[in-house]
Amino acid sequence: MTTTEKHIDPKLVAILEQVSDPEIPVLSIMDMGVVRSAVIENDVVKVQITPTYSGCPAMDVIGDDIKKALKEAGYNSEVELILAPAWTTDWITLRGRKALEDYGIAAPLDSEADKSVLLEGKRLVKCPQCGSTNTKLVSQFGSTACKAQFKCDDCQEPFDYFKCLK
Amino acid sequence: MKNENLYKYILGIADNSLILGQRMGELCGHGPSLETDIACTNISLDLFGQVRSFYQYAAKIAGDGKTEDDIAMLRKEREYVNVLLVEQPNTNFAYSIGRQFLFDVYHLLFLKELEKSKDLTLSAIATKSIKEVSYHQRFSSDWIKRLGDGTNESHQKIQSAIDDLWTYTDELFHQTGADKAMVKEGIGVNVTTLKDKYYHLVKNVLVESTLKTPESKYFQKGGKQGIHTEHLGYLLAELQYMQRAYPNMEW
Repeated sequence: MTTTEKHIDPKLVAILEQVSDPEIPVLSIMDMGVVRSAVIENDVVKVQITPTYSGCPAMDVIGDDIKKALKEAGYNSEVELILAPAWTTDWITLRGRKALEDYGIAAPLDSEADKSVLLEGKRLVKCPQCGSTNTKLVSQFGSTACKAQFKCDDCQEPFDYFKCLK
Repeated sequence: MKNENLYKYILGIADNSLILGQRMGELCGHGPSLETDIACTNISLDLFGQVRSFYQYAAKIAGDGKTEDDIAMLRKEREYVNVLLVEQPNTNFAYSIGRQFLFDVYHLLFLKELEKSKDLTLSAIATKSIKEVSYHQRFSSDWIKRLGDGTNESHQKIQSAIDDLWTYTDELFHQTGADKAMVKEGIGVNVTTLKDKYYHLVKNVLVESTLKTPESKYFQKGGKQGIHTEHLGYLLAELQYMQRAYPNMEW
């Protein structure tokens, strides 16, 4: 897993871990990989975040939540949205992937497998309910920009799959 | 304005996505099925996200205190420089998909070139957008095949949509003054070089979909100069309604 070089002040990690994606509340923004840097300069915390998808409406809320969490910890802060390098699903941590699965969202496959699932209809995505890979694509677009809709043909449950973005 | 060409160049890119995003958004709650409805509005959301990045950058360059919202919401019809293709109405689902497909193929080719821009902001927005637009193109291409190679009725409807929309495709490859200036500086994309590849890619999908590639050589133009079809005014009336009725309102 590549995370590229991130500069996050160790003192801030625990605070930022309390902030979660409003649409996937089990996933902290740290495990999501959207926090690209967080440093303390002259008593002000400067945080850089990067969007998962350009139109992700959660980013404004995440920015506000970061400021609120830091305020409660006694810091003033500035949040900046940066676009480069572009976010990839590879930046979701192992703990983040587990949190997604526990929440009922299938974690992204690697890009080759992702293509064969979304384009060729291969059955590789593991159902987060029963673990079967006898699952099929319902729609490439799901409840949010980052997800696709799937259905499990064993337990019959519909579920979301977090699309691979590279 | 210093950098006026760059400002105009950014609007030329972003207006296409804004207007197309608005058109796709009109399908919210009206899609042929729940999944397709969600897909269309997801595409819309991606486009608006990209538009925000572009307009924010344009606002910064203009430096006259205007915001991304002013640029999006408060210009007059003649000041929008989107291509005519993207403002065409949702006559029926075949038109929506045909329009999306004919734009997606161009959009992806364009962004892949813009990624090489010397302007780091434009390059970063392009990199981000490519990932999203790849999904759009898959979606619209799949639907072209499904409709083209579907029933007699779906075949006839998508063929007639493609035939009608074809007249707006050539404009995608026209260069404006701002385009030429930006190409010279290594910032802009020379759209004329994308044309052959575009028609080749489009034709491949049409053939696979058992559809005929239109042969008409008569093309419409004008959007890039702000001369639009009658449809844009109605679209803007809806898009701008809140800001016109309640100036400076915020959520």
